[in-house]
Amino acid sequence: MSNIQKAFRSGKAFIPFITCGDPDLATTEAVVKEAVKNGADLIELGIPFSDPTAEGPVIQGANIRALSGGITTNQIFDFVRKLRQEVTIPLVFMTYANVVFSYGAEKFISTCAEVGIDGLILPDIPFEEKEEFLPFCHQYGVDLISLIAPTSSNRIGMITKEAEGFIYLVSSLGVTGVRNEINTDLQSIVSIIREHTDIPVAIGFGISKPEQAKAMSAFADGVIVGSAIIRLLEQHGTSAAKPVGEYVKSMKDAVSN
Amino acid sequence: MTNPKGRFGIHGGQYIPETLMNAVIELEQAYDRYKADPDFNRELTALFNNYAGRPSRLYFAEKLTRELGGAKIYLKREDLNHTGAHKINNVLGQALLAKKMGKTRLIAETGAGQHGVATATAAALMDMECVVFMGEEDTRRQALNVYKMKLLGADVVPVRTGTATLKDAVSEAMREWTTRIADTHYCLGSVMGPHPFPTIVRDFQAVISKEIKEQMLEAEGRLPDVVMACVGGGSNAIGSFYHFIEDSSVRLIGCEAAGRGIDTFETAATISTGRLGIFHGMKSYFCQDENGQIAPVYSISAGLDYPGVGPEHAHLYDIGRAEYVAITDEQAVNAFEYLSRTEGIIPAIESSHAIAYAMELAPTMDKDKTIVVTVSGRGDKDCAAIARYRGEDIYE
Repeated sequence: MSNIQKAFRSGKAFIPFITCGDPDLATTEAVVKEAVKNGADLIELGIPFSDPTAEGPVIQGANIRALSGGITTNQIFDFVRKLRQEVTIPLVFMTYANVVFSYGAEKFISTCAEVGIDGLILPDIPFEEKEEFLPFCHQYGVDLISLIAPTSSNRIGMITKEAEGFIYLVSSLGVTGVRNEINTDLQSIVSIIREHTDIPVAIGFGISKPEQAKAMSAFADGVIVGSAIIRLLEQHGTSAAKPVGEYVKSMKDAVSN
Repeated sequence: MTNPKGRFGIHGGQYIPETLMNAVIELEQAYDRYKADPDFNRELTALFNNYAGRPSRLYFAEKLTRELGGAKIYLKREDLNHTGAHKINNVLGQALLAKKMGKTRLIAETGAGQHGVATATAAALMDMECVVFMGEEDTRRQALNVYKMKLLGADVVPVRTGTATLKDAVSEAMREWTTRIADTHYCLGSVMGPHPFPTIVRDFQAVISKEIKEQMLEAEGRLPDVVMACVGGGSNAIGSFYHFIEDSSVRLIGCEAAGRGIDTFETAATISTGRLGIFHGMKSYFCQDENGQIAPVYSISAGLDYPGVGPEHAHLYDIGRAEYVAITDEQAVNAFEYLSRTEGIIPAIESSHAIAYAMELAPTMDKDKTIVVTVSGRGDKDCAAIARYRGEDIYE
């Protein structure tokens, strides 16, 4: 069983997304540790990209802040290596294909395994293109996370059959960002997924409030939150750890009850 | 030259979010069906001929030829098309296809504004809604085209992210498409993005080389020795090259925008300075830094100011079938002025990059050789910017 699935073993999982280096790596470290202390089950670490086409304005902002601090892929690997001395929960990277491709797919994925990254989320790699990275993921034991969208319909069977780690179910059309309402019939998508696989399903995109998280966790195995956390970083900058910790606690409580 | 997965050699592919996969699959299926449909082709040809003004002229530039003193230069006059550029060829094709697919709304990105104007035009003609994404920097450089798009009934959304130019307009149009797919077709303006766009756009632009071939056979009784065109994403160039790819005697030359020079950071010459990467749905060459971050490129020409190049060009470069040269702002501006004075034709600053290389190459060739240069668009839109480049304070 993949290490990632540990995150889903003791009840519903809460998964925060944090962009590495927003606004600097010391803050990222403090925020990650505070999130872990307050109940985060798995953390999605974003490696910033200049042109994040799947992100709304909030996460785009985090990417710009991190890159303007001059962060590099190697600095992020060093950061995770150090983080791993304390943090034991599963960690996955979220980034764009070109960051991995440019580093060299094999070198990137083997370094992920070496520093203790358990999985990789690449929003611009659909099922049809995963051969670009999958063989290395298998070779080095890093799960390549599959995404399923409200528009996936007839593709769900094909995707879930080869899914590993967990399934990232995109809640709505469009890009990441806080949404007041989510209208997709996610429950029926989850039940279709369940017909094909037992691996956990976590829902992301648009979720910000404890009520939303609670409603999602009624039928999903976990909830992913990005933009709402990045907003706290945008607001509090280098002193964001405490408010993020409090927020994580409120969300973890919501999914647990 | 496309294999079933939309590859040109190692380039191309479909590197897009899962949310868009069924949309591009639906587009591919619809295109496969309609491209072979005689009614669709009849309608499109009628639009090309009666609305866009095709076939466009192949003009023997006698005075230019004489002054340069070498190969005979023919100009393929895409600037004479309705809306003033080659962009209309692709847009009429895609809009008609979208209409057949039951879509009621077109979205598009635009750099110089020519593709935005063409899309707004087709949307007006076919009774469709239209939203055009344009980098804020470009809305300033090309204010007249913004006005035209609005006049034609389109919404123009200024994009403020990144470098606020063409690259960011593409990103924003892709984001918008993931938000609203059911009624919306993304009318991509160049031979780039995920499969099937590079193939669809090429096929609609291939009318350029089909006509060049017929017109050259009529005028000279043989194929041209050189065909050249400017390359940003590369749609007018691939359109000019396509029917000559199998004719190995014809040299194909793409002219990229070097901006202030390929040894500076202010350049958009992808093949000269970029390396292999994955971005905007495709594998191809991109200007990027050592961490794979896409570079903020620069060219005086808003239409060539893009950090990537279409996957089929990347492949033609790999296999040595086409050559790519980099032309600076200064060379392009000189060509813009030179063609205006010599032939009374004001070319778009994009097309001026191809003219500039013809000015270099023609004198080195024998007088019995021929060069076809595609004038992809007219230069009216650029007059104020070129005047400013020369220090004259003119605003539109």
